[in-house]
This record gives sequence, structure tokens and C-alpha cells, in this order.
Amino acid sequence: MATNYKESLLKHYADKVTFSEEKAEEFWVEKENFLEIMSYLKRMGMDLLSDITSVDAKEYFEVVYQLFDHASGEHFTIKVKLDHEKPEIESLANLWCSANWLEREVYDLMGITFLNHPNLERILLWEGFDGYPLRKDFVNDHHNRMGAKPQ
Amino acid sequence: MAVKENKIPDNTDLMSQEELEKKGILFTTLEKLFNWGRGWSLWPFQFGLACCAIEMICMTQSRFDCSRFGYEVFRNSPRQADVMIVAGTITEKMRPSVELLYHQMPEPRWVIAMGNCAISGGPFVDSYSVVPGADQIVPVDIYIPGCPPRPEALIHGLLQLKQKLNHPEIVKTHE
Amino acid sequence: MSDAVKTQTYTLNLGPQHPSTHGVLHVVVEMDGEYCVASKTKIGYLHRGIEKLAESRTYPQVIPYTDRLDYLSGISNNLAYVLAVEKLMGVEVPERAQYIRMITAELMRIASHMVGIGIYIMDLGAVTGAFYPFQLRERVLEMLSQLCGARMTFNYIRIGGVAADLNEDFFKHYEAFLKECPAFIKQYHTLVDDNEIFHARTKGIGKITAEKALNYGLTGPNLRASGVDYDLRRDRPYLQYGKYQINVATTEHGDCYDRYMVRMKEVEESFRLIQQFIQDIPEGPIMAKVPKVIKPPVGDAYHEAENPKGILGCYVASDGSTNPYRVHFRRPSFSNIAIYDEIFIGHKMADLVAILASFDIVLGEIDA
Repeated sequence: MATNYKESLLKHYADKVTFSEEKAEEFWVEKENFLEIMSYLKRMGMDLLSDITSVDAKEYFEVVYQLFDHASGEHFTIKVKLDHEKPEIESLANLWCSANWLEREVYDLMGITFLNHPNLERILLWEGFDGYPLRKDFVNDHHNRMGAKPQ
Repeated sequence: MAVKENKIPDNTDLMSQEELEKKGILFTTLEKLFNWGRGWSLWPFQFGLACCAIEMICMTQSRFDCSRFGYEVFRNSPRQADVMIVAGTITEKMRPSVELLYHQMPEPRWVIAMGNCAISGGPFVDSYSVVPGADQIVPVDIYIPGCPPRPEALIHGLLQLKQKLNHPEIVKTHE
Repeated sequence: MSDAVKTQTYTLNLGPQHPSTHGVLHVVVEMDGEYCVASKTKIGYLHRGIEKLAESRTYPQVIPYTDRLDYLSGISNNLAYVLAVEKLMGVEVPERAQYIRMITAELMRIASHMVGIGIYIMDLGAVTGAFYPFQLRERVLEMLSQLCGARMTFNYIRIGGVAADLNEDFFKHYEAFLKECPAFIKQYHTLVDDNEIFHARTKGIGKITAEKALNYGLTGPNLRASGVDYDLRRDRPYLQYGKYQINVATTEHGDCYDRYMVRMKEVEESFRLIQQFIQDIPEGPIMAKVPKVIKPPVGDAYHEAENPKGILGCYVASDGSTNPYRVHFRRPSFSNIAIYDEIFIGHKMADLVAILASFDIVLGEIDA
């Protein structure tokens, strides 16, 4: 039986999700309600957390999740806005194992902290790398050298 | 007696070099002999970093078949190899390993920078995590341009290295 | 006796330079005698920062960088990125171009699987097993190089269409390919399938259940080997795939043997599809009318494509300028190997090599 995710989501969390006007599959969530809604979607049967990425919008960070139900083909793009000064969000590693590495990548390159993550450390770059390269204010002056002491 | 008949003629030391060469005795220096042997039996180090490594594998496969030149003996350990083909982008994270592997190779050793990434960083030259060229960390003998170079180009590069080994006098030095 | 003799585990480094890690993967395994008790996969030795570089390039200039992600299937990567940009711009691509895209993408799938299978069999000790697939791959590469002149880094799919039309030389090699491909499949099945050593090395090794595979975000042949019937070409069709019946190959056990079988079946299916596409290809232009300077409107788009290795997703955000504001790739190999640390445990060292190879990973894609 195909579940109508959007309907049931609007029924339960009408005040907590903001669907995009142009894209039917995209909605915004507040950081505070994020884990609750994701757990709900997981219980409903969204089984494939395909991608996590982030955008540095200068005033704030945007974390973008791509969530699928492989059987029915339902898809949601979930976006969360984060404060630029102290970007923190709950980790999904306990719900989907795939979140573990995807979150580590976002942490590594964008510097967003995932709370309650089992092993939040740099994955692509090395320990001691100075800065987060995908941020817009990152300056590449080739000062990062492997083995050099962190500044 | 039979022993007497087989005796080497006494006048060996009186024969000229040409006469001896006609009899199949060749003269050379030990160094030249070694270089000649090395040039024909380079043992590359099986060491792939990125895309170029696939073309390096293709070179060993049946279509391009580098065994024709005696270069198919890819060694898995640096301690058995003569030539390191740097096939791909060297990143900062990989740099210590590449240096270490180079120093683990016994002398004499040679390095081929295969592809634009190994020559100068290629399309990734302005990246925050890429070493712009293998010659920043190890001495390079042969540069093969291409992104990635075709297997023929790599064979040509190995043959150029052979030329360099057999005729060290033609190699320009920076002195 | 047992009190007096103490055994201890030891740490073994597999990589980053190791002949069977397919590049620069680094696995730190904790071994108890012959068996692995803990493992930690370390990546990033080929991290070139493609996503950051893309921000300082124009939209068409990013296409060559996608070639270097999964360098065994350049055209499929081009496709995912270009589809995302086209989605953002709302470009309608001519039908002939769509067919050419599908033909080249399927050819790419065959070429990629050839390396995947060949290197896999070679890692299990059968060097001969690598020669046959590489011959077929050379044929495919020859066809593609007639189209765009390159063997690996194609830059063939462009925003709005493709770079060049199918030509005579392409069809010359296509004729040969039509003969060689079925012969290869038949020959390779007899060579490998029932080999006793191959069975001993792969059956029951590295089992992954369907539930776990989904939870870890596995996609592509690795997911289908676990019995999950999920293929984007059929389930969320793009281009003209929706018009065709696509038989998705699945197997039940999710072990190393099944991962090999799924790939072989996919090669057969791709071969069938290519023939059908070439039969049905309509005449017409190969490029849509796109502006010379590409400036997509402000916004973002996400598009996924079924690559040989799994689902390649591309997220493009635009701020209305000529350069993308943010490009992100969901790389299938990256998500696939996160499961290593779990399935390695309890296996012998030699089995780790079999599991590693059976996933058909490409480090360029894992590290980006």
C-alpha cells in the first residue's frame, strides 16, 4: 500500500513543516522539530537517506536532505536553516546508518556540528586542516600542509 | 691429444677489436652493459593514484601489450621496482606516502610523471588539497602530458626512459 | 595452558598504497589471528576538492570535472550534472540527443562493469580473468572515442544536448561490438561462473541483508545483489527510459558471488537496450537552443541518475551568475563503502580483499 506521506505529514505536523510553493517534494523544517519529523518519516517507511549536503548562504547555513521510499518512489527534499555563528543540528546516524558518513563529510567540508553523532571527525581531509573549505569565506592560500602543526 | 687440439690460439692478444667482434666477442664497459640491460627490463611499481592508473592498466592489457618491450613486470612492492609511474593527482594527504614509497625503492630509480596532474596539478592546480606536480616532492625523469595520456603515450614515455638510460650523454643537465 | 598463553590482536594497515585497494583506500584492520575483529576505513587520499573548484568555474566548465569523479564512467557522470543544470534552467532537450545520451550511458555501463568484473576476478587470483573484459572495454572505448576523441574523460554530454552526432566510424565499431559482446558474455560465464575456487572465495562471503543495504544507503548493483529491486531507470525514469521495459537484475543472497552475477546480468540488459535504442533513434537536432552564456535562474535543483556504480545525485544551487553557487555530488561509491567496517568483521584477511573488490569502488568518486 502506497502511503501518502505528504498528506499524513500535513495532518500531523501542519504547523511545523513549510512546503515549498514551486516544488511539491520540498519542505522546510525548523531546527527544533527536525529530529521529531525525521523519526516520523522513518517510522512511516522512508528507508533510503540518499544524500546530505549543505549550502553556505552567507547569513545562514542550509542543510539539505534527500529522503526516499524506495518501494513507492516517494521523495522529499528537506531543508533546515542553521545559524551561521554556531551551526548545530541533531545527527540522524541513529535512524539511518548512511547518515554517519554523509554527516561527517558535511562536518569536514562545511564545519556543521552534528549533535550526538557517534564519531564526528574529519573524513576527507586530515586532522589539523585549518578551516572549512566549502565555506564562502575560506581563503585558499595553500597554507594547509599535511603534517604541519595546526595553527 | 684432444686437449691440445681445442687449445685457444696463442695469438688472441694480437687480434684487433674488429677481428674479435667478427668472432662474436663484444667489448663494452660494465656500466654500459648494465644500462643496456636496465633499459630493456624496467620493472614499474604498481602504484595508481587516480584516472591515469586505469590507462596504465590498459597499457598492460592485450591491446597495447607493453610486454613487447619487457615492461610488464609490475611489482607490488617498491623494494623490487625500478621505475615509479606517478599516475594521477597527488593530494596533500597522500604526499607523505608518495615520498616514503619513493625512498623505499632501491637505487638506481626513476620516476615518470604521467598525466597533467602529476606534471603540474592539471585541472586541480588551484585546489586547497592538491600538490601541484610530482616534481615538488620527488625528482622526475619523464613527463607524459595528457589527461589522461593514452596507453601509447605511456609506452612512448617508457621508451624515452630507455633512451635516457642507454645514452646518458644525451641527457641535458641543469649544471 | 590457556591461562599461560596470551594471544593479542594486531593492527594491519591495508593501503593507502596496496595492489588490491583499487587506488588509495586505507583500511586499518584489527586482526585476531586470521580473523578481522574491528576495522576502520579511511578515505580522502584522493580528495581534490572538485565541489569547491566548481564554484570558480562556469557551468559548462564543470562538466570535465565530473569526468574525473568516477573515471570509469565519465559520460554517466556528465549526464547527472547536465540533467541537474537543465532541470534548473528548464531546457527541453531534443529527442535524438536524449537517445544518444541513453546509448552512450549504457555503453559506459558496460565499459565500467568490464573493469569492475575484471579487476575483481584478478584480485581473487585469476589474472586471465582481467584480460577478456578489458578487450570488450577497449571496443566500447573505441566507439566512444569516435564520437568525442577521448578514451576516458569525454566531456561529451553538454548542457542542452550532446557534443557530436553518431557517425560512420561509430557504427563501424558498433557492428564489431554486436558480434563481440554476446560472445564475451557466453565465454566469460563458462570461464568464471562454475569455477570451484571462485565459488569458495565468494559464496557466502560479505553477506548483506536487504534491510541493512538500504539503511546504509547502498545503491546500484550492490543494492540489487541484496534483493532490493530498485533501479532509477525504471522507478524514477529520466530521458526516454520510461518508454522501455527495463528488466532489473536482482539476486537474493547479497554475497560477493551475487554482486558479480548482478553485474553480468546488467551487461546483458544494457546490450539489449543499446540495440533497441539504436533501432528507435529518431532524426533531428542534437542540441537544444541554449544561450551562449549559461546563467540559470536563482534556485536549486537535484537530479539523480542510475550510474554503473549506483545512484549519482547532483545538487546544483544557482545565484543567477555564470558560476554555480554550490555543486554537490552524491557519489554512489562513497555511500557504498560506509558498510565496510561492519561487514569486514568476522572474515579472514583474504576475504576482505574479495569483499573490497566485489563492490567495484572507484576512489576518484569516493573522495571527490
